[in-house]
Formats: sequence, C-alpha cells, structure tokens
Amino acid sequence: MLVVSSSPHIHKKESTSKIMWTVVASLIPAGAVGVFIFGLRAFWVIVLGVVSAIITEGIIQALTQPLRAGAGLTKRKVTILDGSAILTGLLLAYSLPPHIPFWLPIIGSFFAIAIGKQVFGGLGQNIFNPALVGRVFLMASWPKYMITFTPPLRAGAGFIKPLSFDAITSATPLSLIKEGKALENISYLDLFLGNRGGCIGEVCILALLIGAMFLFIKGYISWHIPITYIITVGLFTYVFGAKGLFTPHLRAGAGFSGDWLFHILSGGLILGAFFMATDYVTSPLTRKGQFIFALGCGLITAIIRLWGGYPEGVSYAILMMNAATPIIDRYTRNRIYGTGKF
Amino acid sequence: MIDIPETESMAQGNSDKKLFLEFLKGIFLENPTFVLLLGLCPTLAVSSSLSNGLGMGIAATFVLLGSNIIISILRKFIPDRIRIPCFIVVIATFVIITELVMKAYSPTLNRALGIYVPLIVVNCIVLGRAEAYASKQPVLKSFMDGLGMGIGFTLALLLISGIREILGFGKIFNYPVIKGFQPAIMLGLPSGALLVIGLLLGLFNWIKNRR
Repeated sequence: MLVVSSSPHIHKKESTSKIMWTVVASLIPAGAVGVFIFGLRAFWVIVLGVVSAIITEGIIQALTQPLRAGAGLTKRKVTILDGSAILTGLLLAYSLPPHIPFWLPIIGSFFAIAIGKQVFGGLGQNIFNPALVGRVFLMASWPKYMITFTPPLRAGAGFIKPLSFDAITSATPLSLIKEGKALENISYLDLFLGNRGGCIGEVCILALLIGAMFLFIKGYISWHIPITYIITVGLFTYVFGAKGLFTPHLRAGAGFSGDWLFHILSGGLILGAFFMATDYVTSPLTRKGQFIFALGCGLITAIIRLWGGYPEGVSYAILMMNAATPIIDRYTRNRIYGTGKF
Repeated sequence: MIDIPETESMAQGNSDKKLFLEFLKGIFLENPTFVLLLGLCPTLAVSSSLSNGLGMGIAATFVLLGSNIIISILRKFIPDRIRIPCFIVVIATFVIITELVMKAYSPTLNRALGIYVPLIVVNCIVLGRAEAYASKQPVLKSFMDGLGMGIGFTLALLLISGIREILGFGKIFNYPVIKGFQPAIMLGLPSGALLVIGLLLGLFNWIKNRR
C-alpha cells in the first residue's frame, strides 16, 4: 500500500519524553552525591522540588483546558509525566542550598513552572530556562536563605573527618573569594569531588561529568555550548582574574595569572554549562549560534564573578543569553540549499 | 493619543442613568489601567505600597476632575491646532496645585512619590481623557467621566499595590499583618510590579473571554 504523507519523511525514534527522562537519569549521580555530602535533608529538598513541579504542571494544564477549548484550540493531553516538569523541578532543587526551609523549593518549583513555562504556553514555548527563572525568583525574594550554605557533613580533607551534625553556616568558595578572604584547606581535588559548601547538585563535578558523558554518548547534547562556555570562563578568569589586568594596586606582573581551574571547578558552572545552557528550547539552533550563545554566557559569568555584586553569575548569564537567543537565531540562520548567498 | 469612538447613545443621552454609566465605564469597561493600558509608568513606579498607591490615585483623580471640567468649559475657545499645549497648561495648573498641597500637608507622601507627582502633567490618562472626551463633551458628562476614570485608576492602583505590599513586605498600610510570614522581596521591587500587572492583565482578559 502506498502511503502518501507530508514531510518530514525521515523519523527518529527519539521523542521529547524519552530525551527528558534520559536527562533526568543522567542527573541522578550528581543528586545522589549531593545527598551523600549534605545529608538526608538535601534529599527532601529534591523530592519537594520535583513533586511540586509535577503538581503545578498538572493543575495549570487542567485549568487551561477549558480556555483552550474556548479559543478553538485542540484539546491537549495533560503531559505531566513527559519528564519536562520533573527535569525542571530537579534542576531547580539542584541549584538550591541544602539547608533551606522546605517551603522554598515548593514555591520555587511553582514559580518556575507557572511563570517560567506555562505562562508562555508550555513546553517548547518558553523563552527562559524555567528552572533558572525559579531560582532567580527565590534569589531575589528570599536572599537570606539562598546565600546561607552549610558545610559538607564530612568536612575536612578527603572526607575522612567523622560526621558532624551541627549545621554551621559557611560560605561557598566563590563567596569567600568575593569577600577577599583567602581559601584555606581546599584543594582542587576537594572542589572536583564536591567536598565544599554549595548547592545540592552543583558540588560534585565528577558526578556531573559522568552524567554529561552519558548524554554525549547518547548524542542528546553536543559539545559546542558546554565546552565553549567553560573555556570562555577559564580564559577570561585567567587573563583578568585575581591579580588581573585591571586590578589597580598590582600593576607589576598583572594579568594572565588568574586561578582559572578554581573558577571552572567552583560554583554552578559545570551544572549550568552541561544541563541548563544546553536546554533545547532556550538555546540557539545552529552551531554558529551556539558558539555565540556560549561565549556570551561565559563572558557574563566571568564578569559577574570577578567584578559583579554576586559571587556567582551562572544563572544570570544563562538567563540573559536566553533572552538573546531569538536574535542570535535570526542572524545565524543556515543558508537554505539552492538559494543565493546568505 | 487614543481616540475612543463615542457611541450614539452616549452623545445624546442626558438622563441620570446615562451619566451614571459614564461614571461606571471608567471603573470597569474602560478601566484606564487594565483595559486602556494608560498611565502605566506611575502605576509601575508608585504601586509598592498601599499608601503610595492611594496618594497617587487621589492626586491623579483630582487633576483629572479639574482638567476635564476646565477643558470642557473652554472646549469651544481652544483652537484646534494648538489644543495639546492648551490642555497641558490646564493640566499643569492642577498638578502644581496638587503638588503644593501635598508638600504642605503630607510631605512624607510627597517624598515617597517623588518625581511622579509632577509627572502627572504628562500622564496619558489625564491627557487622553482631555483629548478624547472632555474637549468634545459637555461639562457634567466630562465631570462624571473624570471621576469614573480617576476612581478606576485609584482602584487599579490599590489592587496592584495591595498585592505587592502584602506579598512583598507582609504589610497592609505599613502595619504587619501575618506573623512569621516571609515576604517575597522581589514583589516589592520594580520587577514585581511588572509581574503583578502582567498576571492581573492576564486574569482580567481571561475573565472577559469566558463571558
């Protein structure tokens, strides 16, 4: 039987839902290590973030159903289990400090799904990364909790110190640097393994890299955005870092001496570069566009870290470049085959 | 400037009921903030607390009333070509009265509203009503129109600033209301104003479309 259908004719077996669930799976190691480092409380923060995201998605889709019918649109399936809401809740919870009050991830996930995603029309329509919208809302609304970090349960060199249950507030390595304090007792290995204060999902670089590697092998993310992003941050902080070019009181020997490895390994750069900046919906489509996008992300991140008011700039950098994505797409369109020079 | 077409019944009717409708339309059907989307600049800027919103609303209502009456009285003497400067002169007079009274009797409010009191001169609502309504209609109807628009603007400001003050600062008219409530600071910032106005506009459009 001859089936005549309109293009596209070549189908991939991948579906949005499958990709989303794979990304969720690839994030599990980082979360597991986060729970190991910060204790069971981090686990409940993650659960609350995810459950709240799913419930919000379901409620809003149910509420907007009659509205869509009234506007003559086709009825849409309630898609709370397509993985995208779960991914948003997961990414949001990963970028929260472990000892925040429990209502914070709930409100954050609600805001991320309702304002960051559903207001624009749901999956595929949002301009900004929903998880980051939620995080920035929490950061702007309740900064007191969002910048209070607790040290790892097993703080100390190489995880050998016994468990200490006193929740002492501590700063992240980046905020120590921002306050001009010297870093003590923290090695690159500690940063790499996650033996430091920070958000739940961002601390263990090793686990994040394992997840990212899995996505690379599956072909769900390409290297363009994350690698460009990370190299830009490294290069910029190396050139302008600690005793940077523009530091006034250190003229001699200034420049090209920043601690680039520290900047790459600390903060949420790895989580942001591999899992947030690569979001299909909010990043450019073409390779050239992705380079520009990642370059912008890297520059803004490094500028905020070195000279801005906040110690960390990954979420703001990605959100700003999300806003620039439509115009990047507009100017980096591929030449259409058979047409003149573009 | 938006020219709002006047319907036949509006132009002819002179009974009390018609006048009352002129008043009502400013509050609901042609609410300056939520339907005409005029005067958003002061709405965004001063709606951080209920007292600021109320002060701004009353000041704008007074200016609207005064300018609508005077412009309606003078509508046959104002040359068409220079009508905008004439409107501005009338409006500016009332704004200066408002500002001086506010400075004399409520300096705190005046400080809180700052530049936005003198800026009522160029408020789209005031100029818009002068251009679209008062310069074509008799005095009594212009009066009712100004009153309705002013109260509609005040109510909109109270709604927005109420939401922002309760959620953003945990207070109503500067008195803390809920113990242990952690206000979302962002709603008290300018970004919160944009967010609240956007959500309210969506809500009102939704209600309108449901009918």
